[in-house]
Amino acid sequence: MNQQEFVNLISPFKDKLFRMAKRLLVSTEEAEDATQEVLVKLWKNNNVLSNYSSVEAFAMTMTKNYCLDQLKSKRASNLQIVHSNYSDRTASVQRQIEDKDSWDWVEKIMETLPEQQRLIIQMRDVEEYEFAEIAKIMDMSETAVRVALSRARKEIREQLVKKHNYGITYN
Amino acid sequence: MELHTIEKLVEKYFSGETSVAEEKQLKDYFSSSDVAPHLEQYRAVFGYFRQAKQEQFTKTVPLHPRKHSYVVWITVAASVAVLLGTFYIMNHKPEQPQDLGTFDNPELAFEETQKALNMVSENVNEGVKSINYVNEYNQTTKTIFK
Repeated sequence: MNQQEFVNLISPFKDKLFRMAKRLLVSTEEAEDATQEVLVKLWKNNNVLSNYSSVEAFAMTMTKNYCLDQLKSKRASNLQIVHSNYSDRTASVQRQIEDKDSWDWVEKIMETLPEQQRLIIQMRDVEEYEFAEIAKIMDMSETAVRVALSRARKEIREQLVKKHNYGITYN
Repeated sequence: MELHTIEKLVEKYFSGETSVAEEKQLKDYFSSSDVAPHLEQYRAVFGYFRQAKQEQFTKTVPLHPRKHSYVVWITVAASVAVLLGTFYIMNHKPEQPQDLGTFDNPELAFEETQKALNMVSENVNEGVKSINYVNEYNQTTKTIFK
């Protein structure tokens, strides 16, 4: 596989890798580094890529594992993940600001979810993967994926409703 | 879309039973402008998912073409060549001509030898002469620093 073919191969899903990495690592810079790392690893193994039925699923699994490792080593060394990419409020229309605000809530609520649920929500609700694909990437049964997904969605709903009812605009 | 179906879909959604297509329907409904007031609270969730999918990976991936390994090997070969070259030059000094000629006639050889030795002794004497100054100097310092 030459460079061009490889770029063509990864271009449909490289954004997905990045978004998944960001879901776990939160910081944009770290997510970018992680994605880069995974893609370079993929390129180095490009002679065996044809053995995989779905390179995308393989890459997603790699990204998941890489980010989890990253988080583990961070925790072990007591380092805080630094991120400064929460809000960029340039919207002028009030509705837009409100939307952005509530999206920020959703994002923050998602950050409180366990990593597994975060990944599943990301793959299902953002990337719209089928359960079979998620089960393969997560190395779980489809039923377990459904259960975790339902739990995560309900948790998001619960926390969001709480915020609405209390009228808290920002936590 | 009928409110009733949407309500049902929302319920199915939270128990994790909706299909991807149904979830798309929900996303469409919640991004429209006429969301029922009691469902308004979910708008943020679906809106967020839509928006989260927009983010893109903009960094370039440093892919090195295969040539890279050749470059490495060429570098290695070049450094080895330089190393060997230096080694060779250091150890291989130009040889001094060993053959200085010889005399067949013993008498002539004797004369030449004597001449050479005389020259040496003259030089030695000259050297010794200049050492006399040093002796003088020693004696003088002795007389001063007694």
